[in-house]
Amino acid sequence: MEAASVEQARPAAKKRRKTAVGAEPTTPWWLWIVVTAIVIFCLVPFYWLVNISLKTGADLSGSDIIPPNPTLDNYQSIFESSSFTRALANSAIVSLVTTFLGIVVGAFAAYALARLKMSGKAILLGIVLSITTFPQIAIAAPLFRLWSDIGLYNTLIGLVIPYLTFALPLSIYILVSFFREIPRDLEEAALVDGATYFQAFRKVVVPLAAPGLATTAILTFIAAWNEFLLATTLTTSPNARTTPVAISQFTGSSQFEVPLGTQSAASVVISIPLIILVLLFQKRIVAGLTAGAVKG
Amino acid sequence: MAEILLRQMTKRYPDGTEAVKKVDLDIGDGEFMILVGPSGCGKSTALRMIAGLEEISDGDLLIDGERVNELAPRDRDIAMVFQNYALYPHMTVRDNMGFALKLAKDDPADINRRVEEAARILDLEKHLDRKPANLSGGQRQRVAMGRAIVRSPKAFLMDEPLSNLDAKLRVQMRTEVSRIQQRLETTTVYVTHDQVEAMTLGDRVAVMRSGIIQQVDTPRNLYERPENLFVAGFIGSPSMNFVGARLEGDTIKLPFGETPLPDELRGRLKGDGKARDVIAGMRPEHFEDATVEPDRPGLKFTAPISVVESMGSELYAYFDVEHGHVESSDLTELAADSGMEDLPQHGSGDTQQVVARLSAASDARPGGSVNMVLDTTHLQLFDPSGGKSMTVE
Repeated sequence: MEAASVEQARPAAKKRRKTAVGAEPTTPWWLWIVVTAIVIFCLVPFYWLVNISLKTGADLSGSDIIPPNPTLDNYQSIFESSSFTRALANSAIVSLVTTFLGIVVGAFAAYALARLKMSGKAILLGIVLSITTFPQIAIAAPLFRLWSDIGLYNTLIGLVIPYLTFALPLSIYILVSFFREIPRDLEEAALVDGATYFQAFRKVVVPLAAPGLATTAILTFIAAWNEFLLATTLTTSPNARTTPVAISQFTGSSQFEVPLGTQSAASVVISIPLIILVLLFQKRIVAGLTAGAVKG
Repeated sequence: MAEILLRQMTKRYPDGTEAVKKVDLDIGDGEFMILVGPSGCGKSTALRMIAGLEEISDGDLLIDGERVNELAPRDRDIAMVFQNYALYPHMTVRDNMGFALKLAKDDPADINRRVEEAARILDLEKHLDRKPANLSGGQRQRVAMGRAIVRSPKAFLMDEPLSNLDAKLRVQMRTEVSRIQQRLETTTVYVTHDQVEAMTLGDRVAVMRSGIIQQVDTPRNLYERPENLFVAGFIGSPSMNFVGARLEGDTIKLPFGETPLPDELRGRLKGDGKARDVIAGMRPEHFEDATVEPDRPGLKFTAPISVVESMGSELYAYFDVEHGHVESSDLTELAADSGMEDLPQHGSGDTQQVVARLSAASDARPGGSVNMVLDTTHLQLFDPSGGKSMTVE
């Protein structure tokens, strides 16, 4: 593969020397090698995961690059266990609710921070951001005690609330930069056209900030979907367990067997929604992350 | 359609600065009123106060006899055209123009009919289903106008709507705006810093300076009878020339020479008739080359020409006069607004630059001299302290 890219790149490099000054610079051949190496480096672990998930029994201890006897047994067995399907449902509920609340509350907060005249806006935004720098382990233990006392321990809402502590700063930060870029005149035009403040927000500001909302939603969803530390601290039974925790609790057929095959299969399954989301929206994610960097 | 009355309207910011100071203005039903002035004079703020986008700190605003100070913009039934058009980028031209009607929950068939009628008036029918990003500047401007006219509001408020267009298109759209306003007969308040727009569009023009209305009058009266130095200097292009002069009885001593005061001017002149210093103002067109029009009456003198600009149909000849320099805060502010304050020829030392608009037949040359004749019947005299006109009732 590397050889092929070098072969392709060479004529391009020659051509570049001939083209006039001011033409688009072509990609140098060595960059292709570097890029290919990085891509392989990133994808090999995932390939290994898929590889293991297709193996059973003695094959698991082998290091074959291609499974000698590929089988979907692992997949079949995880979907037969109710603890995994329940965990999938829990994960979906927790992630979607966190995303929804994070977007709605975050959008209102970000709009206020971007538009309203109030003192201490910069400080407020600074505080919101500083929350994201707290290590989660610092709140895990206190939350465990608190949740036990007030009855939120081992509940889904007990997960959504702490998840909002990282979802909100993220969405506020991204959305503030989006809202700031929307000319104020547009809202004023809507107000004069007969809109209430909320209508101006919903019909003019929100549609224009849609790329930012999509980015925020996806990033929040991914973070909530993958979260492990709080989920494992704050849940105890399959009723409230999310998938990452459930996978860690998989048991082998004996105490001494590591359930590698089923864990890999489950990991592949929970990666699929994220892969689809990111592939669908990757342009918007990039646009959202770089918003405000340059004037469009 | 409605009349708009401003009563002692004031805008005060939290830090105490006043952008609009006790403005009184009566805008009649169907009238085209222009607010004009240099940047930062409060004209846009005043307009936004009428729209409801800025709070009114003091005084009253009445639309159709009703006090609307506390009403939200949506309840005032006015339409506004913004300087940058403020078209909704995510909506088609049709949706942009119908947005207000949709918010008012009008019948969709009726909305469609009105949007299409407005599009016909503005020649936008072909573009109804396009997004603003795919329109040219002139088309966007027309969509912004269309958004205002589909609503048949009580009044149009326009905030420098033509300033983003290039020069040629601006002239074209100026006549377009005028045509639409005459056709619809809707009360219009139009903010501009361009005095050509002010003179050509308005039924009446209000000249503002640092939050205060200097004069409200028809364009012609503003031009011929400015009430103070600021209005005199602001209206007209090239602007009025000002030179120091001295009144002695029935004679006025100008830097160009002495001349008896014309009877008509003396009749209007305020004051006790004592000898005093004044600022004399004369428009460039009141000079003429005496060799082109030898019979023209007036004060004759010889001017050493420094610069000549030929416009084709006429010439602008610049010359310096000794001992004619005038200082006035009004004029300094005008110069600052046009960015000319630091230019050396704008009255250095005791000389004052004067511009004369001469017939194209004149053979004025830089470095040469011209026999000028000044029509003294159009002289304007101003009080050097305060800048008030001494010749306007």
